[in-house]
Amino acid sequence: MELIVASAIGTMTAGGVYLILRLRTFPVILGLALLSYAVNVFLFSSGRLAIDMSPILSRYGDGTYTDPLPQALVLTAIVISFGMTAVLVMISLGAFLEADSDRIDIDQTDFDKDADQ
Amino acid sequence: MSHWIIVPIVLPAMLAPLIGFVMRHDIVLARVASVVGTALLLAVSVGLVILAADGDTHIYRLGDWPAPFGIVLVLDRLSALMVLLTASLALMVLMHSIATGWDDRGKHFHALFQFQLMGICGAFLTGDIFNLFVFFEVLLIASYGLMIHSGGRDRMRAGLQYVVMNLAGSTLFLFALGTLYASTGTLNIADLAAKVPELPADEAALVRVAAMLLMIVFAVKAALFPVQFWLPATYSNAPAPVAALFAIMTKVGAYALLRVHTVAFGPGVPATDGLIGAWLFPAAIVTIALGAVGVLGARRLMPLISFSAIGSMGTLLVAVAAFSTSATTAALYYMVHSTFAAACLFLIADLVVARRGGDSLSPAPATVHNGLFAAIFFAAAIGMAGMPPLSGFLGKLLVLDAMRQPDFMVWTWTAILAGSLMTVVGFARAGSALFWKSTSIAEPVPDPQVETLPEPPYASVAKPSEIVPVMFATAALAGLAIFAGPVTEYLEQTSLQLFDRAAYISAVLGGEF
Repeated sequence: MELIVASAIGTMTAGGVYLILRLRTFPVILGLALLSYAVNVFLFSSGRLAIDMSPILSRYGDGTYTDPLPQALVLTAIVISFGMTAVLVMISLGAFLEADSDRIDIDQTDFDKDADQ
Repeated sequence: MSHWIIVPIVLPAMLAPLIGFVMRHDIVLARVASVVGTALLLAVSVGLVILAADGDTHIYRLGDWPAPFGIVLVLDRLSALMVLLTASLALMVLMHSIATGWDDRGKHFHALFQFQLMGICGAFLTGDIFNLFVFFEVLLIASYGLMIHSGGRDRMRAGLQYVVMNLAGSTLFLFALGTLYASTGTLNIADLAAKVPELPADEAALVRVAAMLLMIVFAVKAALFPVQFWLPATYSNAPAPVAALFAIMTKVGAYALLRVHTVAFGPGVPATDGLIGAWLFPAAIVTIALGAVGVLGARRLMPLISFSAIGSMGTLLVAVAAFSTSATTAALYYMVHSTFAAACLFLIADLVVARRGGDSLSPAPATVHNGLFAAIFFAAAIGMAGMPPLSGFLGKLLVLDAMRQPDFMVWTWTAILAGSLMTVVGFARAGSALFWKSTSIAEPVPDPQVETLPEPPYASVAKPSEIVPVMFATAALAGLAIFAGPVTEYLEQTSLQLFDRAAYISAVLGGEF
C-alpha cells in the first residue's frame, strides 16, 4: 500500500517536472496537471494511510479513525488547481493566438527589440 | 475580539463581484466604487494600526472556533503595518491608473484590483499556513488577470511565463504543507511554534525539509536569487500601474518569510536553528549583485526599474536573513521604503513612456514635460539607489548598521555599497539619456509649405491628476525620511513583538506556554 502510493506520487512528480521543462505550452499544462495530481495524493497521505475507516470519531471513542483534515485540505487544493489549470489554458490560448507560437520562453531579440531600432 | 480585523478582507471581497457583475458596463461607476472601497480600506487600516499599537496580539476566530481547530486571523503590529502599506500603495496606483486611463483599456480592471487587495490583506492577516496558501492563490489569480490587462503579444507571453512559474510554486507550497502536517500534525502558525521546538533533533529531518521548501516558495514570491527569473519579464511587460502594485507582491514573500520562519522555525528552535539564515544570506547577497548588474545592463527603462526592484529585495532579505530584532527593524523600514520607491519609479516611468511611445533608453524622441518628469524621476531614483536625503539612504544605513557582526559584515557591506554605486550609475545613465540628451536633439524646423502634422496623442501635456499620485509616492519617501525617528521606534516595537514567540503563542492558543 505504502509502496504503491509512494511510487505513484514519485512517478507523477517526475513526469510532471519533465513535462514542465519542455517549454511548449501543451506539455507544460499537462506537466502542471500531473504535478497537482501528485501533490493531491501526497497531501492525502500526509494524514497517514488508513483503509476502511471513517473520518469521524466513533460514538464511544474507542474505534480508530482516519484524519479528516488532509481530506479537507485536498478538497481545497483540488478546487484551486482545477481553477488554475482552466486559467492557464485560457492564458496560453491567448498567448498562442497573439504570438502565433506556443513556446513559453521569450527570445532575447524580442525582448530588446525597441532598443535595437 | 474586534470585528474590524476581518474588514480588510471582507470589504474588497464584497466589492469585487459587485464591480465585476453589476458595474461592468459603466466604467465611471466602477471607478467611483473602487476608489471609495480603497479609501475605506485605507481608513480601516489606519484604525487597525492604532488598534495594534497597544502591543497586544489581537485574534479574530472565524466562526468562533478555538485556535488550532479553526482558522484565526492575527493582527499584530507587523500585519497592521503591512495592511496599511498595501492600502496606501493601492490608493496611489488606483488614482494613477484612472487618471491615465489604464483601467479602461481592458475589462474588469477594478474587480481584479479589489480581488488582488483581498488576497494581499488576507495573506498579511492570517494566522494559519494553509489559509496563507489560499490567500496566495487569491492574490495570484487576480494578478494573472491584471498582468495581461489590455493584452498585446509580449504581455501575453510574459504573462504565460508568470502563470507557469507561480503554478509550479504553488505546487511546491502544497508539498511543503503536506510535509509539515505529516511531521507536526498542525498548520496553525502559533501551534507550529509551540510544537516544532518540542521535536527531538533526530526526528526533525522532515520539519527541516518542510522549512526549506517553504523558504523556496516564499523566495519565488520575493524574487530571491535562483528563482528571480520571472520578475524582470513580468514587471517590464505588465501595465505600469500593475507593476507598481506588484511592488507589494514581492513584499508578501518577504513578510511570509519573516512571519513563518521567525515564529514557527525561529531562532533558538533546535530542529531548524540556523538552517534558513545560512541559505538565505548568500542568496540575498547574490540577488543584490544580480540586481545591480541588471540595472547597469538594461537597455530599456522598464527592465531597468525591475532589476533595481530585485536589488532592493536582496538588500531587504539580507537583513531578514540575520533573524535578529535590530536587523528586522532595518528590514521593515527598508521594506516600506522600497515598496514606495519601486511604485514611484514605475508610475513616473509610465508617464514618461506613454509620451515617448517606447521605453528604450535612447535620446530620441524628445521627452515631453522634461523638467517636472526629470525632477520626479531623479527623486525616485535617488530613493531607490539609496542616496541622501530620501528614505533609501536611511534604510540602507539601518541595514548596514544592523549587520555589523563579523560573519555578515564583509559580505553585506561590500554587496550593498558596491550594488548602490552600480545602481546610481545605471540610473544616472538612464536619466541622462531620457532627460538631458533628449533636449539636445534639434527640433525639425517647421516648413511653411508643408501642412503641419497633428500632434501625436502621446505628446499631450500631463494633467494634474496624473502627476498627483506619483507626487504622493515621492512624498511618502520624503515623509519616511523626515519621520524616520518615530517610524523606526514603531518598527522596533514591531520586531520585538515578532520575536516574542511566547506572547504570540499564548495570544492565539490561549493559556500559558
